[in-house]
Amino acid sequence: MSRTSQISGDAAPLAFNDNPAADSRQPRSISTGTQSHRLSSGGQIDRKQPLGFTFDGKKMVGFAGDTLASALVANGIKLVGRSFKYHRPRGILTAGAEEPNALVELRGGARREPNTRATTTELYDGLAAESQNRWPSLRHDVMAVNSLFSPIFVAGFYYKTFMWPAKLWEKLYEPAIRRAAGLGKASGAADPDHYEKAWAHCDVLVVGSGPSGLAAALAAGRAGARVILAEEDSRLGGRLLSENGEIDGKPVAEWLAGAQREIAALANIRVMTRTAVFGVYDGGTYGAIERVNDHVPVPPAHQPRQRLWRIVAKHAVVAAGAIERPLVFPGNDRPGVMMASAVRSYINRFAAMPGRQVALFTNNDDGWRTAEAVQRAGGAVAAVIDSRGAAPERYRGLSAKLLGGVVSAVNGGVDCVRSIVVRDAGGRTQQIETDCLAMSGGWNPNVALSSFHRGRPVWRDDIAAFAPGQCPPGMVMVGAASGDFSLAACLREGHAAGEDAAKACGAKGKAGEAPKGDDEVFAIKPLWHVEGGKAFVDFQHDVTASDVKLAQREGFESVEHLKRYTTLGMATDQGKLSNVNGLALMAEATGRSIGDTGTTIYRPPYAPVAIGALAGHHRDENFHAWRLTPSHHWAAERGAVFVDTGLWKRAQWYPIDGEKDWLESVTREVLAVRNGVGFCDVSTLGKVDVRGPDAGIFLDRLYINTFSNLAVGKARYGLMLREDGLVYDDGTTSRLAEDHYFLTTTTAKAGPAMQHLEYCRQVLWPELDVQLTSVTDQWAQFSIAGPNTRDLLKNLCDPSEDLSNEGFPFMGVREVSLRGGMRARLYRISFSGEMAFEIGVPARYGEAMAENLMRAGAEFGVTPYGTEALGVMRIEKGHVAGPELNGTTTADDLGLGKMMSKKKDYIGRAMAGREALTAPDRQVVVGIKPVNKTNRLRSGAHIIPKGAAPGPETDQGYLTSVCYSPMLGHWIALALVERGRERHGEIVRAYDPLRGEDMDVEITSPVFYDPEGGRQRG
Amino acid sequence: MRIACPFCGERELGEFTYLGDAAPKRPMAFAADGAEQPEAQDLFFDYVYLRDNVAGDMTERWYHGGGCRSWLTVTRNTTTHEIKAVHAAPGAGAQKRTKAGATS
Ligand SMILES: [Zn+2]
Repeated sequence: MSRTSQISGDAAPLAFNDNPAADSRQPRSISTGTQSHRLSSGGQIDRKQPLGFTFDGKKMVGFAGDTLASALVANGIKLVGRSFKYHRPRGILTAGAEEPNALVELRGGARREPNTRATTTELYDGLAAESQNRWPSLRHDVMAVNSLFSPIFVAGFYYKTFMWPAKLWEKLYEPAIRRAAGLGKASGAADPDHYEKAWAHCDVLVVGSGPSGLAAALAAGRAGARVILAEEDSRLGGRLLSENGEIDGKPVAEWLAGAQREIAALANIRVMTRTAVFGVYDGGTYGAIERVNDHVPVPPAHQPRQRLWRIVAKHAVVAAGAIERPLVFPGNDRPGVMMASAVRSYINRFAAMPGRQVALFTNNDDGWRTAEAVQRAGGAVAAVIDSRGAAPERYRGLSAKLLGGVVSAVNGGVDCVRSIVVRDAGGRTQQIETDCLAMSGGWNPNVALSSFHRGRPVWRDDIAAFAPGQCPPGMVMVGAASGDFSLAACLREGHAAGEDAAKACGAKGKAGEAPKGDDEVFAIKPLWHVEGGKAFVDFQHDVTASDVKLAQREGFESVEHLKRYTTLGMATDQGKLSNVNGLALMAEATGRSIGDTGTTIYRPPYAPVAIGALAGHHRDENFHAWRLTPSHHWAAERGAVFVDTGLWKRAQWYPIDGEKDWLESVTREVLAVRNGVGFCDVSTLGKVDVRGPDAGIFLDRLYINTFSNLAVGKARYGLMLREDGLVYDDGTTSRLAEDHYFLTTTTAKAGPAMQHLEYCRQVLWPELDVQLTSVTDQWAQFSIAGPNTRDLLKNLCDPSEDLSNEGFPFMGVREVSLRGGMRARLYRISFSGEMAFEIGVPARYGEAMAENLMRAGAEFGVTPYGTEALGVMRIEKGHVAGPELNGTTTADDLGLGKMMSKKKDYIGRAMAGREALTAPDRQVVVGIKPVNKTNRLRSGAHIIPKGAAPGPETDQGYLTSVCYSPMLGHWIALALVERGRERHGEIVRAYDPLRGEDMDVEITSPVFYDPEGGRQRG
Repeated sequence: MRIACPFCGERELGEFTYLGDAAPKRPMAFAADGAEQPEAQDLFFDYVYLRDNVAGDMTERWYHGGGCRSWLTVTRNTTTHEIKAVHAAPGAGAQKRTKAGATS
């Protein structure tokens, strides 16, 4: 039988032919020049588009269509990196996303990208790649000395060696280990590119565009379903791009071109290339990462580098293929040892010949196709070593030297294989000259996506691999991903799954016939380990077969323990190549079956996802949304200093020329208010419109005090508890009409309180006729405070408005007309303790109102003040705020126990009566003054009785709110102190070990200023 | 996870806030005759703190804060996250009300 007739006639396993040039059946020769290993014809590369690139500074040329790895292969480069632990020389092992060795640093400066797989990096002109984890150079790496000490770098080495003394870990061991072991280095600079996030929705998501995926997409698309076809690679085809064979009687390349034309013509199929589906989430949501501009040096203007997709699919057909498994034999990590399927990819897809004398080591039929591909391309096969002893029937015509047995040693230099030693069953050895050893240990179906919902893969002896177990709802695995490796099965299963999924989504169209391909048998006899030297299981983490056995001897038999003890499968490749070999070795060592040994839990992401992509635009100043107060721009123009309070930017103080620090500005603002008039934007308080005949009853059940008896036109301070009896929130609520209240919350609780109110209305008391509307953003609200407030308001309001104490008493509320006719809400409430009003106008008038307040108050020296002065004045008045409403205090702790109604039920009422919440020794709010008036108080300082040693037993409370009081001329504080109300006048210690401070302070009433309250009522 | 809000349709998890078990009912602090329930504190203790640790179907309260601001009662399998039913809370939306003063 001639070689040509065999290729086209016999149904070779996955024997596709994508390659128009290969159709000529003419052996190709290796071209000369820098691309010493480039074939002169064939491949999916464009020889008219040469691309210059560098590797470790060396200039080389590749072609459009190359990956960095294929360009390196074409240029005869075999050594590309150093391993993680032993710094062993490593070469390109695969041609895909599973690559553990060929990791490089791409790009420079802030765009430096470590640990990038050369096998998935599309070549672009000017690409600059550097090898990693070597010093001073890749060829001469001083840390390779680690390899000499490898007997001590065994499994669990770090745990065993650096256990004691523990304190040396942080200072000595960890930094040293981090220097010696590791991969690439991040740039340390902010990423200059941007990333975005997007949603997509479809009926059928097809993952992978090999024969199964294309058949599924075509069937579902023809039937009329909305289809998304996601492909990790830059082009469609999957293994069809790398194999020879026929579909529907046509060479695969021709069939593939036709399929792509049909897909392009179907408007209901959306093709997403360069998009890796990395996770499966509840409700048919899939995570995918699109590498939008990784194939160019710098993304074009206004385009992201990557895009994070969340794809919502009613059904998913996962055609993720399979990953070829390495064989575990001594020297299997030397540069020049390569996966057999990768050798075929480099030859068929990239027209690059990985070696001049290719040897093949296999335990299954599929590996033989590499020998065939090498010969077809005009290369030489040094030998085929089949551990099963005989050639499969269909390859008997191949003119290659067949050896039964195993590869027991790989000889060569730092950068290449030179020869291998083959050992037969009788122990006899012979040496074979080769510069490229292709290995095939069988195929592992890519079960990851089926296993992210705790589906456990199932061991199948016939393919010696794990196949998918229970899939997440709505997902089906097809083709090689389901363990069915023949081309015919891939096409058949893909078509059927696509048709079924479309039908299940209600598509009515015809799916057509399934494409037909070769149906061949996949035969394998497992070979898990060849004894005789350092044989690598996990290439990226340098885990050897003996490490796995050592772990077993030391009792780490569970696969989860094996993983963590040896770090098998924990590198950036997440064990795509290594896990099954590791499990098989553990099974062998424990005498269990591989199925019983089981796999570790699969977790997303399947492919690496940049943190930048997960963050998207939510970084730096856009990390979260900003909320600007209605007078923000006015305040910014006046030079206000802003503070973040939740999402809000609030004016903290308004510095004026000549002021040396914040304290000077804040003190000026406080004195201006207390002696004249000032105003402050308080629009950030939560505001809720409460309407309906049952509004009063609703508020009675919500607050500890009563609102149903509040007169129309009056406001009242209210306190809410949580159902556990602790204080939730406070604020002023006004009654604007019989069935209309206006409720306010603190700034911090505006959102949560609204949710709580809705819960009470919708869930607890649906029988109440009441409606809630959040109006926080609708009102610009200013507090106007100080003895001249009324004078300012007279300039602002229509002269007909009576603002006298009788016409507008303390806690009065009503709508007023402003000069010019505009209406505003006026509330006579005071947080500062001064004569004060709050005025509310529609939010769009916020800046105009600030300007009008300045104008109306000009003759009284009106002063805008910020949150800092607001805080000082509330501490001087002993008003509690966030630091006291801290989730541990009761109404009585805050001095508000008398507000708790005894006549009605309200949220928190029953639980507030618990023993511990009413105990007499609780910490309650008091005032604190330093004995030495020049001392500065610090919030957080502990209250310790005089004469007692500080400690948890003597700790009696702490300072919650601290300020410098301009009115008293020294620092003051509010504090929570045990039995504090009985202890006014007592001298205690304010002890602050954090700042090394310790001083005597006096416990006082929390109201430091105007305790009778005459000023606010005047 | 995705929740089909009866008012807004199927929406993504990020629009919702989880509260917890929908089974506990808020006890009455006062009896029908206006007298205080002597055991109110015990009843409220159960209501506030005691929860079953359900492995399987559970009714839960979810809040559609990123949408219609409705409270929803969701039946969810806590081991698979499968959502079997979604209902609006009795007072959500524009549903007909019973007379004020009646209890839920
Ligand atoms: Zn909704």
